[in-house]
Amino acid sequence: MSNPAEIPQPAGPAEPLRPALSPMALALRRFRRNRLAMAGLALLAVVVASSLAGIAWDQMAVMRGQPEPYRTPQPGIHPQPPSLEFPFGTDPLGRDLLARTLIGGGISIGVGLAAATVSILIGTFWGITSGYAGRGLDTVMMRIVDVMYGLPYILLVILLLVYFAERTIVLRMLVLFMAIGGVSWLTMARVVRGQVLSLREAEFVQAARALGSGAPRIIAKEMLPNLTGPILVCATLTVPLAILQESFLSFLGLGVPPPLASWGTLASDAIEALNPVRVYWWLLVMPCSFLGATLLGLNFVGDGLRDAFDPRAR
Amino acid sequence: MLHYILRRLLYFIPTLLAIYTVAFLLMHAAPGSPFVQEKGLPPEVLASRMAEFHLDKPLWQQYLLYGWDIISLRGHSSIKYPNRNVIHDILAPAFPVSLTLGICALAIALVVGTAAGVASAARPRSLTDYGAMIGAMIGISQPSFVIASVLLAIFALCLRWLPVGGWGSPSQIVLPAIALAALPAAYIARLVRTGMLEVLSADFIRTARAKGLPERSVLLDHALRNAWLPVLGYLGPAAASIFTGSFVVEKIFAIPGVGTHFVDSALHRDHPLILATVLLYALLLVVFNLAVDLGYAWLDPRIRYE
Repeated sequence: MSNPAEIPQPAGPAEPLRPALSPMALALRRFRRNRLAMAGLALLAVVVASSLAGIAWDQMAVMRGQPEPYRTPQPGIHPQPPSLEFPFGTDPLGRDLLARTLIGGGISIGVGLAAATVSILIGTFWGITSGYAGRGLDTVMMRIVDVMYGLPYILLVILLLVYFAERTIVLRMLVLFMAIGGVSWLTMARVVRGQVLSLREAEFVQAARALGSGAPRIIAKEMLPNLTGPILVCATLTVPLAILQESFLSFLGLGVPPPLASWGTLASDAIEALNPVRVYWWLLVMPCSFLGATLLGLNFVGDGLRDAFDPRAR
Repeated sequence: MLHYILRRLLYFIPTLLAIYTVAFLLMHAAPGSPFVQEKGLPPEVLASRMAEFHLDKPLWQQYLLYGWDIISLRGHSSIKYPNRNVIHDILAPAFPVSLTLGICALAIALVVGTAAGVASAARPRSLTDYGAMIGAMIGISQPSFVIASVLLAIFALCLRWLPVGGWGSPSQIVLPAIALAALPAAYIARLVRTGMLEVLSADFIRTARAKGLPERSVLLDHALRNAWLPVLGYLGPAAASIFTGSFVVEKIFAIPGVGTHFVDSALHRDHPLILATVLLYALLLVVFNLAVDLGYAWLDPRIRYE
């Protein structure tokens, strides 16, 4: 976000022994020098590691035949504030909030990654086809994107969710992933198309065409390497949006089915438990700080990638 | 210019028609009818209800009938609010509420976002910069229902400065407007900052400084005007979605706006209401996109429309 333009790396006489770096390597180097982006990456690493640890903890309990901590009520009066026994406290049903926050992290991050994957797959395909084909097909495909933009996305998500309404938890989760991913590819398609349009006229693509390369080869060998940057940036910025969308759906009661949890369902449960008499702050603060840290990290990394791949932009 | 505006207005028709068509098809692809939940409905009643909402007719007839019902302002809500006219009784009272709230929220977002963006771009890497950008990051990194609830808990429940919710008096607008403004303010701050940093390295800024203009004038008159271009592009879709209300904010602050209808109509498969809300949103979107394009020409005289 806040790094000045890096000076282009001198190539040639100044350092004769260093081999020429590819644009990708240059971009990665610029990214590594961006302190804010690296801090974001570190933050993400911590969150992901803790979520994985949470899942491992849960699986160990399953293997030992013990009750799973994230769904098993503890004896006693609840909710309890953070203590040595329960570092994050417990929820109104007496479940360990630490376990729920960590498991919820796995699910929230999973939603984000799934949405990013779907948007990469559909958006890239759509953008490349539209941009490369040009003319009539381009117009039709882009008008479709415009119309999809014109629909309130919440309507799309809800209708997708009811269309694929399933009983089993795994299928419902899958539908949730697909529904959120299914509405997040539009921006990706526009970005990729714009890039393809300018690449199509680039000299090296014309040279490849003059040498007799067909469309598949030009797309795979000449265009895709140049599209990696914008796609990566767009995908990184899709993840936080998808996580926020999942939390919004949780607020509507359409999120991950209980007893599973995501940061969104935890936060919306905490809001429901909100009352002026007793303040159960830990119910809200714990999942929301994890959520905030993740989104912060993702935004830093996304901004850093954008700066790294497009040094002229700053 | 007038020619351009007229042509754009003409384009509204096919755009809205396409959006209506897609919404109609999507709505019908979703399984179940609005009356499926009403268990034990006698078959005759069900049949008459289905006939009332054209659900017994072939798809193409439904398509035309629903469209005609909306254009002629006759569509009735099917399930959520039985026998109420979608336009007259549901959207017409709710839209001014959302519009008022939306205008307040957008004004807050513009003022706060622009001020934060300019302040942080004026002194990059200073304490002001980091403070403003961390504030913006918090606006972006928390779900709106958390922001709204925390505001409610602090200012209405604990400090008791402002009412908890409802609609009618100016003091009831403050909290929901701030909650609604948080996300756009954060985006605008980041866009303005990025735009300012880019513009501030341009030659005409150096000229402005060299001829001795006060820094204030350089920043606000020369730089901001150009840095505002990306904000304008963001504002079009943002305004359309803010003016059509937010389900979350309306739910938490008990505000009778249109945002609720977007979610409820879809959840209840209330076909006439779904189509009416979709068209309302789409209409606002195309109007604001046109306004944005005209705004570009106003901010940047080099842009001309034929």
